[in-house]
Amino acid sequence: MRVLLIDDEKELVSTLSERLDLRGIDNDWATSGEAGLELIKRETYDWVVVDLKMPGLGGFETIRAIKREQPRANIILLTGHSGPDNLEQALDMGADQYLVKPVEIETLLSLMQQDTTEVKP
Amino acid sequence: MGFWEKLKPDFWDRRDSELELLNYRRLWRTTFWLAVVVTLAPLVFLAGINFYQFARQYELQRNEIDNNIQRLMGTSRVQISYFLDERRAALTYVSLADTFEQLSDLRQLSAVFSRLRRSFGGFVDLGLIDGAGIQRAYVGPYNLAGRDYKEQDWYKEVQIRGIYVSDVFLGHRNFPHFVIAVRHEREGEPPYVIRATIDTGRLNELLRATDLQPSGDLFLLNQQGVLQTPSRLYGGVLARFPLLTSPPGEWSGIKQMEDAQGAPVLVGMARIQGTPLTLVVVNQPKALLQKWDLLRINVIIMVSLSIVAILVVIWWVSSTLVSRIYEADLKRAATLHEAEYTNKLASIGRLASGVAHEINNPVAIINEKVGLMQDIMGMSPDFPHKEKFLRQAKVIQDSVRRVSEITHRLLGFARHLPLKSEEIHLEALIKEVLGFLGKEAEYRNIDINVRIPPGIPTIQADKGQIQQVLLNIINNSLAALEHGGEINIAVAPQGEEQVAISISDNGVGIAKEHLNSIFEPFFSTKGKQGTGLGLSITYGIVRKMGGHIEVESEQGLGTTFTVILPRKQSSAAKPEAAAE
Repeated sequence: MRVLLIDDEKELVSTLSERLDLRGIDNDWATSGEAGLELIKRETYDWVVVDLKMPGLGGFETIRAIKREQPRANIILLTGHSGPDNLEQALDMGADQYLVKPVEIETLLSLMQQDTTEVKP
Repeated sequence: MGFWEKLKPDFWDRRDSELELLNYRRLWRTTFWLAVVVTLAPLVFLAGINFYQFARQYELQRNEIDNNIQRLMGTSRVQISYFLDERRAALTYVSLADTFEQLSDLRQLSAVFSRLRRSFGGFVDLGLIDGAGIQRAYVGPYNLAGRDYKEQDWYKEVQIRGIYVSDVFLGHRNFPHFVIAVRHEREGEPPYVIRATIDTGRLNELLRATDLQPSGDLFLLNQQGVLQTPSRLYGGVLARFPLLTSPPGEWSGIKQMEDAQGAPVLVGMARIQGTPLTLVVVNQPKALLQKWDLLRINVIIMVSLSIVAILVVIWWVSSTLVSRIYEADLKRAATLHEAEYTNKLASIGRLASGVAHEINNPVAIINEKVGLMQDIMGMSPDFPHKEKFLRQAKVIQDSVRRVSEITHRLLGFARHLPLKSEEIHLEALIKEVLGFLGKEAEYRNIDINVRIPPGIPTIQADKGQIQQVLLNIINNSLAALEHGGEINIAVAPQGEEQVAISISDNGVGIAKEHLNSIFEPFFSTKGKQGTGLGLSITYGIVRKMGGHIEVESEQGLGTTFTVILPRKQSSAAKPEAAAE
């Protein structure tokens, strides 16, 4: 399983990456939508975690671009709060799940476990 | 004052600080009085003119009748005076033509008597009375010769005035008569009196000859108010004239009187000089006088009825009009206020969500950093104070969780959502609401008892909105309570479709006159403390959900609010509900 983390907060995304490393999960991270897309073009990921609010390329645009590049990648949207409007839009854009910040690592892991085994064989 | 209390418009005693820009009482007063003046002034003016014209016309007709009566009296008086003068002249002629001695001779007196009867007619008898009052000679149906008249009033009067005319009396053969006596006095001769009785037939003919209208009458009265000639309307000779309560005296002129039936009559009277007689003319201008009375009453009734009807209509119209304006203003002010309120909420919401967003990111970083620290510590072999570090990390993580709960609540508050529909357990919801208010109740030593029987069904509704409803009502209950009061909250199913939540307090209660107004916007009994919007908004929310609120209150005993909610959102509320 390979994971890409995209969030404009470097400290957040790097720490999360480190914690995934500690759990033996192969992952990359980027601090903008644009940087994330660069990685997508080169590598293949099972999961991409994308922050909704980012300067430059925003969450929705990034998701759309990822879907174009790697339709098979599962996408988790990170949001500040669980607004139903945002959620609906995220799902429409192609996100498979969403998580509300602050993220519990266990929640993230269980999400990824479920879906890769059950929904996407 | 009770009349006014019943009729005054609804808005009269309302004192809403929101609506004092326009004084509705003044508006009502202005409308009312302006309408009254504009409508009643022409009416009263026209009625006045009408009245005046009728009065003028009546006056003219009345004058005409008066003139007729006057003319009639004038001619009749002349005729009667002339009649009497003629008889007196005849007697004077007799005394001049013959001497006392000649007249004492019964044959001579009889001859004179028969001459008088032939030339004048109506002479019934003729007597000669000497200076001592003794009747020396008499011709007539009675035997009156030698009679002494010295002490009689008529004799004394004729001695003083030279002539005497008597009242009418019933004499010979029951015919009415009167007496004329004339005193004879000449130089060198002893004075004597010639006295004649004359029947009134000729006089009656004279009066009857005057053509009177069917409603008129003409007759003579004596000084005691007794008829001297027959009257068409008031009976025969010697009957009492009923319209006079006192003797006619010297009174002359025209008076309006009332007859026995109460109908108006005009009575003209004139004294005939030198006699006890008064000439009376009676006219009954019934038609005219009654028409005038009727007309006057009609005009007064019509005008009064019109005024009453106009006043009622104006009252109603101005009350309705000003009430409508008042209600419209109230509604507009409420809408404005609601908009302002919503705006305020939205601003607070925007601010809160901004703050929450800004805080959320660093909190997320702290969360991950602590997580990483925990991860690393968990994987490290024991080191000094490892347990303590892990404990600190746990506390930091818990605090982060608390902060994120707060930010999420702030973000939730910021969203002004339309009605959402979710499954609500009322018991849990009520507990949650009491969580907000529990502290205040505790401080004030107020007991809150919740009685919820098992098996109360859940309801489909917007949780936040129901929270607000209960919060507002319980807040009001708290405000109504003294230190140490009690609030009882109970839930009961209401048929198959509804659930009733009742909130009772034993506080001050609501005055009866306020009970109808408590759900109106800006109505508050809390003075400056209340916005008057709480119950109004509550009511709006409940109505929107398809429910309603009932209030029972007894002043001094407490108040019970019962919120009745449908178990399922009505179809009307659904389209607004957000899709989950």
